[in-house]
Formats: sequence, C-alpha cells, structure tokens
Amino acid sequence: MLGFLARRLFYLVPVLLAVSLLTFLIASLLPGDLAYVILGDQATPEKVAALRHDMGLDEPILLRYLGWLGHVLEGDFGRSFRTGQTVLQAVSERLPVSFELMLFAQIIALAIGVPLAIVCAARSGGTFDRFMTGTAFGMLSVPAFLSAILLIYLFAVELRWLPATGYVPFTEDPIGNLRFFVLPSLTLGLAEWPGIMRVLRSDMIATLQEDYITLAKAKGLKPSRILFVHALKPSSLTLITITGINIGRLMGGTVIVETIFALPGIGRLVVGAIGTRDLIILQGTVLCIACGYVLMNFIVDMLYAVIDPRIRHGHA
Amino acid sequence: MNASKLLSVEDVAVDLPTARGNLRAVDRVDLALGAGRTLGIVGESGCGKTMLSRAILQLLPKKAKLSGRVMFDGQDLVRCSPESLRKLRARSLAVVFQDPMTSLNPVLTIGTQLIETLQEHLELDGATAGRRAVELLAAVGIPAPEQRLTQYPHQLSGGMRQRVAIAIALSCEPKLLIADEPTTALDVTIQAQILDLLAREQRRRHMAMIIITHDLGVVAGRTDEVAVMYAGRVVERAPTPVLFKNMHMPYTEALLAAIPKLDAAPHTALPAISGRPPDPTRPLKGCSFWPRCRYADGRCESEKPRLEGAETAAHQFACFHPIKLAAGVGV
Amino acid sequence: MATLELPIQEEAVSPVRKGRRLGRLFWAAVGWMILVFAVAILAPVLPLPSPTDMDMLERRATFSALHWLGTDGLGRDELARLAYGARVSLLVGLCAPIIGVTIGGALGMLAGYFRGRFEALAVGSMDVLLAFPPLIFALAVVAFLGQSILNLTCVLGVLSIPAFMRVARAATLTLARREFVIAAQALGASHARILLRELLPNVALPLLAFFLLGVAVIILVEGALSFLGLGVPPPTSSWGSMIGEGRESLDVAPRLAFIPAIAMFLTVLSFNLIGDTLRAITDPRQGAL
Repeated sequence: MLGFLARRLFYLVPVLLAVSLLTFLIASLLPGDLAYVILGDQATPEKVAALRHDMGLDEPILLRYLGWLGHVLEGDFGRSFRTGQTVLQAVSERLPVSFELMLFAQIIALAIGVPLAIVCAARSGGTFDRFMTGTAFGMLSVPAFLSAILLIYLFAVELRWLPATGYVPFTEDPIGNLRFFVLPSLTLGLAEWPGIMRVLRSDMIATLQEDYITLAKAKGLKPSRILFVHALKPSSLTLITITGINIGRLMGGTVIVETIFALPGIGRLVVGAIGTRDLIILQGTVLCIACGYVLMNFIVDMLYAVIDPRIRHGHA
Repeated sequence: MNASKLLSVEDVAVDLPTARGNLRAVDRVDLALGAGRTLGIVGESGCGKTMLSRAILQLLPKKAKLSGRVMFDGQDLVRCSPESLRKLRARSLAVVFQDPMTSLNPVLTIGTQLIETLQEHLELDGATAGRRAVELLAAVGIPAPEQRLTQYPHQLSGGMRQRVAIAIALSCEPKLLIADEPTTALDVTIQAQILDLLAREQRRRHMAMIIITHDLGVVAGRTDEVAVMYAGRVVERAPTPVLFKNMHMPYTEALLAAIPKLDAAPHTALPAISGRPPDPTRPLKGCSFWPRCRYADGRCESEKPRLEGAETAAHQFACFHPIKLAAGVGV
Repeated sequence: MATLELPIQEEAVSPVRKGRRLGRLFWAAVGWMILVFAVAILAPVLPLPSPTDMDMLERRATFSALHWLGTDGLGRDELARLAYGARVSLLVGLCAPIIGVTIGGALGMLAGYFRGRFEALAVGSMDVLLAFPPLIFALAVVAFLGQSILNLTCVLGVLSIPAFMRVARAATLTLARREFVIAAQALGASHARILLRELLPNVALPLLAFFLLGVAVIILVEGALSFLGLGVPPPTSSWGSMIGEGRESLDVAPRLAFIPAIAMFLTVLSFNLIGDTLRAITDPRQGAL
C-alpha cells in the first residue's frame, strides 16, 4: 500500500509542474504588456520601461518562468496591484465559501442521483426506470445557469421564499448562511445529478448480470443485502470516478453560480479579476485552482485503492 | 413411486424468447434423485444442462419461461413464494458454479462471503460464524484457513477459490448440492482433487448431489446414476456402471469414444463427433441427433423417439436403433 | 454546468429500445435542428426587423403584431435577436468542435495506430491539458488573449481535443485488430492508405456521434460564458448573452430570459438526442462490423 502511495506521489510532481508552466504560458499570452495595464493612463515610455525592468518583464521567458516558480514555491504567488492584497490572502479568504458550495452541491447531486440509480438498476426496463432515464437525459441539456434563472425566478421572485443573492459567514449566522446557500447549491446539484445517476445506473445494471450476484441469490441472501453490499460496492468505484471527474465541472460551475448569486468565493474572485484587469490575481488564482484540482484528483485516485483491493495489490 | 425422492423434476421445459424466435433450452425433462444419491448430467455445450440446473434452483434469467414442476422435499419450487424460496436456499439447496473467479465477489473478503451465509440462515453471531468459517475452510483442504478470511478471491489460486466456493455451498449443510461444471475452469491436475473432495463431502454428509459436466470421465466412479442430455432432452439414463458397460445410445457411445484413454497407443486420433448440435430455435422434427448418427434412418428423421426403458425401468433411452441391445428386444 | 470532458462509457439505453422509443423524438429533434439552422442561415434575408434597432418607447413590450416575441430592455425586437443570436451560438457551437474533431481525431487515430512513444506523448499532453479545470482554462485564456469570437472558438476547440482524441484512439484500438486491417497490412498497403481508406471511414462514425454531443456541450459552455459577459463580446449577442441580459428583468419581464433559454434548451436537447442515438448505433465495440 505504501509503495502504491509513493508511486502516485512521485507522478504528482511533474503534473503540478506542467500545470504551473501552462498557467504561466497562458498569462504570457497577453498581447499588450502587463506594465501598460498596471500603469494605465499614467503610462509613459520611461515609466513603462522602468516598471518592466523592475518586474523582470524584459528577461527571456524561461528565466521569467523559473523566477516566478521560485517565488511560488516560497509561498509568494504575487500581489494585486489594484488592492494590494496578496493572492494567497485573497484565495484563503474565499476558499471556504467555494468549498461550502461545492460540498453542498455534490451532496445534493449524490442524494438525488445515487438512490435513483439504485432503484432504476434494480427495476431496469420498468416504467419508473424509463421515465427517470428520460428525465436525466433531458436535464443534461439544462446547464447550471439555466437552472439558476429558473430557481431564482421561482423561489426568489415569485414565491419570495429564498434570497436571490447575498452571503453571510457560517460563523456569524449559521441559519442565514444556509439560507443563502440553498439556491446556489441546488442549482449546481441539479446540474450534476443526471451524470451521476446515468453512469451509476448502467454500471450497476452490468454488475447485476455478474455470476457472483447469481451466486449471492443462490445463497439465499436478502435482496437488500445483495443490492447494497454485493452490487453497490463493485459499482462504487465508478461512483468515485464520476465524483472525481465532477470536481473539474464543479469548479467551473462555482464560477458561474458564485457570480450569479453573488457569493464571495474563488470563482467570483476570478471573474472579478478579469473585470478589473487584475492580472496578477488572475494568474495566481488560476494556479491555485489548477493545483487544487490536481490534488483532488490525486485523492480520488487514492480512494480507488481503498475501495478496490485488486488495485492495491496491482491486479486490476 | 416418487414420494421417497428428494428431488423430482417433472415435465420441465424452459423457453427463452430470443431475437431469432423461441429457444427451447430444456425440452420436457423428467428426473428424480433420492436423498444421499449422486446424479451426473452429461452433455455437450448448449445441450441445456445448465439451464436445467438453473430451473431446479429457480435462478433462471428474467426472460425465461418455465413449465412443469420441480418437487423438492415435497414442495413445488416453481410455486413457492420468493421469500420461502429464499429461506430454502443454502440450507436445502446449494450450488457451485463453474468459474470461481467470476462466482466469488471480487471486492468482498472470503470471510465475508462465507460468514454472511452462515449468519443469514443459521443466525450465528459474528464470533461463532467466524470459527465455523475457519472449520469449513479447513474441511475443504485449504491451508492456513484463519488467514484466508481476510483475503480476497484474486489472492488465491483457481483450485483454492473453487474450494472456497465449495465451502460456501456446504456451509449450511444442504440436502442437495448442484455442481455445475465444477472443474472445467481448473487445471487438469487440480480437477481430480476437487472431484474427490466433493465425493468425500457428499458421502460424509449423506448429501444428494448433481454433477453437471460435458466429460463422461468425470462421472465415472463418482456418481450413482447418469443422465445424458442432448438438445434439451434426456436421451439416456442409467445407473453409472450399467451405462458404461452397456450403453444404448449412439450419442453416449460417441461421447465415450471421445475421451482420451490411458492405454490407447500414442497419437491415436480421437474420434470426434462430426457435425454440430441443432439450432435450438429451429428444433428438428425427428430425433435431434439423427444428422450426426451412424445408425440413423428415415424413421429417425421423422419421428421423435421417446425416453423409455426396454430391459429394465432403471435404464432408459430414447432411440429407435439402440446399440448393444440384446437381440430381439426393442426397436 | 456542461463539461468539455465528454462522457466516456455512458450508454443511456440499449440501441434497440432506444430506436423504438425515440422514433418520434428523434425526428422531432431533427426537425427542430433544421428549423434553427434555416432561421440562422437565412436571418439576414428574412423579413425581420433589425436586431440592433432600439425603440426606447417600446421597451419590454409584450407580444404584438409588430414584435412577435416582444422587445427587450432596449426596445430591440426579440425575435430578430433570437434569430441573430442563433447565428452566433451555432457558429461557435459548430466551429469549436470542428477544431476538436479534426485535431483530436487525427491525434487519436495516429496514437491508436502507431502506439509506442507517439501514443505516450499524445496521451501525456492530453493529460496535461485535462489537468486544468476546463472552464477556468477558457476564462483565463480569453481574459489574457482578449474577448473575441475567434479566441473563444479556438479555446473551446482546443479544450475539446482530448475528448475527441480519446474517442478516436479507442475506436482505432478496437478496429486495428480486426481482420480487414490485418489483411490490408498483409497486402502491403502503406500506413497512410490503411489509415485513410480502412480506418478512417469506420472511426468517422463514432466521431460524428461525439461531434454532435460536442456541439451541444460547446453551445452550453459558450452560453455560460456569454451569460456572464465573458464570452462573445458585446455588441454581438448569442443566446447566452440574451439570457444574461434577461436576468435583469426577471421581475418584470421573465420572458426575456426564458425565450432564449427555451431556444437554447431545445437546440441542445436536439443535438444530444441525435448524437446519443448515433452513438448507440455506431459504437464499433458492438460488433456491427
């Protein structure tokens, strides 16, 4: 097990490096010059040249990358030239909000998707199954921002049950905090459950055809035990895969949902930075998000080994 | 006459709807087995022997249609409610499948798969069930049984896995064990061990057993009675020694000839049966075997021979031209 | 939120059942697609008011003979905007996956055919690209490179390459072992000939199915970005931008958001239906060959 862990960690490093390089290259796509953007209308050729030299923008790109990477490894992701805040400060302030949103959304998606998948797999081909499969398929064509509009219209505008925008920290006001999170989490959850349900259902249908399920029936085990222990466990690997893949989608989703519902999360930080041309913040935040994504996927990989002993012993 | 039998299969037929029409997998089979006796069902792939075993176990696929009666211990399993059927399992009816790699759940430990059966039907607590599991593993010849409880199927060899499957099947002292091709997926060197294990346990527990195989050699000396199946029907049935000495069906003769013999000269060609079994969606009007039979004639093509005994009721066959029959009897 | 990571092994329903069940739905989807394409292509010649003409006296007007679908917050004709929005949404929606399927498809076929180091390199580069959360990547590139339809299309196209590569490679791996390929090799056919004449026609079918699914996804992603004002640059508007603008009027004129939303939903659903049906039919692993 430890060997497995060590091997995966070893693989992690080049991926993180590649991600940092890619982020840096994207940032250097800027057709204009960062110095011009920073100086704005105070830009004169001399000031620009001076600032460029100060920021090291006149060095070759590889040296700039290595310099930047060096700073990053020391914990210096850069400082916003608009607000003066460091990237790490900005990110750590907002991380809990995005995390809370992603967590609730994933819980809602799983709470809807998993039970439906199990029921549909157990009664595959029946009326309920066909209806739910059709609904899930239709929901795939309804993206988060459409659900958001619909939910806002229903619950905030017409019924006035829930607030459309706003945020208060959990530590200050737990109930208020949860109220503000209902619509956003529901929006994201509704966007994610069809994917989960479809894949888990088809995986469980395949699992239910396996010989070991027939043997479990032959042993006279309770149908609930067969379904939840014998069938669900092998399929849970697929569930973890989906949840893992979903993390990337969730991250994209938080960008949209946070902006619509005015939640001060990382997604909104990114969008805001684009709006104010705060490119240092943008670059730093994107790096943080990308690295976080890689780490999350790594954790998901580890979970595989826990669930499927064949992978642990190298037999998969 | 059948009242004393543990298992009595009466006029059982299994139909499967397929894209190409109705497939009659089992065509009106009658079988009987007494308590503590062993029956061998022999036939080539596709003859319906597996479907027959699934019919007996009531584990047919959802689309299959079953007709007839399966009397077990006085109850008709076909008419049993799912819940009472479930309770019957393991304690009365047990099964060992062909490939233990696919019949054991790969993500559950051996211990879990053994203990859950014990706990479900014998209502043992965890510790007792664990001890019982270790005893069972030792009884089927698995070394270091305590360690196996926490291991997974893929960590064991093929022969070991099948021993585990047998242990699971025997765990609740069933009255009838059905072994469906128990050694086909195993190394030839292990096959004899597994078959001996089954025979030993059967004798010790006075358990009825059905061994399903395509290999006549497997049933020789290990079964009390043999039924030969072809194209969904039983075509010959006899006590084992009688069958081998005195077989009547051309098909049985051909099956026996196809077994390699230890005392044959090296490089002797194995006489394979030419042709293929009939397409089960297009059953033949007459005897199903006639296109491949050396003794076939016009009557075989047009009329289906019935399964009946000529000399003795114990030895039945379905043929118009049985071989080795005493002259002047039958035909 | 839609993903640029196309589903790998999803099978919604078995092909036979799907065919029977979606007979009517399938053709309805095809019909809708034809309608949308026709309107989008013919928009300039249709007798519609200009989508940019603002009538400040008729803002947020309801349905009338003059404005069939009413007007938006700046008095512009909603139907005309819908038609011209279709042009933009479909343009990006089609061109981006075209980039993806050409480059991704080629890479995938070459990787699946030649195997070895080339395959490792191709798969590795895709893994690097996939290590980035897709929407963040798109946002970042568009932010740094500048907002334009061209940039947007290119970014979304590049982001769809890994998915197409995966499909092409999987199909090629399955097909390369079939008899007809081995036969061609035995006859001394060159690699190029085998790839183009034998493999490509068979890989093209599943790629087409995924292409349609990709169009659906891209329309949604572009819609999301434009909704936030970060996709198609104003004053051009796609359906996404229209929905975004309509959001401001949810309390007084919800139709301004819902009309383009319904149009987008129906179009995406149609692409998904057709693509999914095609995929069920053309999956090479189902042994149709």
